[in-house]
Amino acid sequence: MHKKEEEADNIDKQELWERRLKWIMPFMAITFAILIWEFLVRYYEVPHYLIPAPSKISATLWTDGPSLLKAMLFTIKLTFFSLLLAIIGGVLLGMLFALSRTIEMSLFPFAVILQVTPIIAIAPLILIYVNSTFAALLICAWIVAFFPILSNTAIGLRSADHNLRDLFSLYRATPWQRLRFLMLPSALPYFMAALKIAGGLSLIGAVVAEFVAGTAGQNTGLASRILESSFRFEIPRMFAALFLVSILGVSIFLITSLLSHIVLGHWHESEIKREK
Amino acid sequence: MSKSNPIIHMGKVKKTFENGTLAVQGMTLDILKGQFISFLGPSGCGKSTVLKMIAGLLRPTSGQILINGKKPNEISSDQNIGYVFQDATLMPWATVEDNVFLPLRLKGITKYQASGDIEKALQKVGLKDFYKSYPRELSGGMKMRVSIARALIMKPKLLLMDEPFAALDEMTRFRLNDDVLSFWENADLTVIFVTHSVFESVYLSNRVIVMAPRPGRVIADISLKDSYPRSEEYRTTSAYTENCRLVSGHLKNSMVKE
Repeated sequence: MHKKEEEADNIDKQELWERRLKWIMPFMAITFAILIWEFLVRYYEVPHYLIPAPSKISATLWTDGPSLLKAMLFTIKLTFFSLLLAIIGGVLLGMLFALSRTIEMSLFPFAVILQVTPIIAIAPLILIYVNSTFAALLICAWIVAFFPILSNTAIGLRSADHNLRDLFSLYRATPWQRLRFLMLPSALPYFMAALKIAGGLSLIGAVVAEFVAGTAGQNTGLASRILESSFRFEIPRMFAALFLVSILGVSIFLITSLLSHIVLGHWHESEIKREK
Repeated sequence: MSKSNPIIHMGKVKKTFENGTLAVQGMTLDILKGQFISFLGPSGCGKSTVLKMIAGLLRPTSGQILINGKKPNEISSDQNIGYVFQDATLMPWATVEDNVFLPLRLKGITKYQASGDIEKALQKVGLKDFYKSYPRELSGGMKMRVSIARALIMKPKLLLMDEPFAALDEMTRFRLNDDVLSFWENADLTVIFVTHSVFESVYLSNRVIVMAPRPGRVIADISLKDSYPRSEEYRTTSAYTENCRLVSGHLKNSMVKE
């Protein structure tokens, strides 16, 4: 008995260590990379207008903090709303596709055309047709983010187990009950996978759209800061803005992953930790 | 308990699939109320297709099926049919409790109103303590018990079972066979059981329909007179062996003719 307890204790400790390792390893690897970068820049005396050292970038982050954070807030707003619209549009249209093959066959080509045409090529047109710059940027980011949600939701809604579908027919389920209790839960893993992709894409869409728009002034995002900095050769500021874009991207990834874990963790194979 | 009125009438039922496969050819059969009837045959003999047609999940190409005088899709939802699939067919995102609750939920009954029924159904299959578990946490046999509890919660008059225990180990299968027999004996229930096991069909049923493939058809309709309750000892009696030999003989004939 005593031995068994000891064994269980060891397993617990090992698991705890593994869980910590999941955070420690990436943290150490990144710290190491930054140190090497700092060292190489200093050792070879690379001028900061070519490649700034991490210390220089963090100093810039500190001094330019207020203006960069304001821009970051704008980008967050743009990304968030475009993702939200992509979810609403993608899920609604996905449901429509799942309900009717005819609608899917008619509308799917449009979705594909929107998806495969590079956003850089469509953005100037949108900027011409839409008065409000924010709305134009939103549309661009939305176009990029919406397709994976639409496509995955449509596939997910159709992926319900055919025996379960028979069971719902047997018990005379209404179309609404079928959607609510069978199709939506079946689609959830597909939707969560799409959300992880669309989250990143909406940020890419937001940044690219702003680049194309070439907007300047107070109410602009991180992409505008990067553009500005490149015109003025303020390379450390460019890196600082770039750093914030990356932080944003990583945060979106972590949030969507966490969301996926919360929603699917108790039942879906993709989120379940296997016993060893 | 009246066990003599016909509950299902099948007249010249034929089913051809879209790809041209003749799954069932001119099947005529009356199933009496209270019977435990097995459809026995090799893969592809149309036994599952017949079950699905009785449930109203597939429509016959020609001929008619009547349940208590009505077509399967015309019977009211109160006269419900219990259906157990080959795999447990549980919703992986829902707990055991919610899976068993499903048929009642689809009838618009609240969980609060249903809680007593859910508890009874789970108690019946011996899974009362697992009501908060998710299907992935259960063994194959336990999942099948949940599936049976779900089929029984509506207190159906007709229970359709499509090779429910084919994927389970022998010990579990024997135990579940006894469970199903006890549910049938203690309720006003007609069971149609699809299987490819001669031994299972003889152990459970009082009537075995032997089917042959390509095209799916009935080649023997055997009544088994041995009395219930049947228990493990029945498997070692000469009557059981004799019945198995009889049914096996018919099954072999169907293969030879093919």
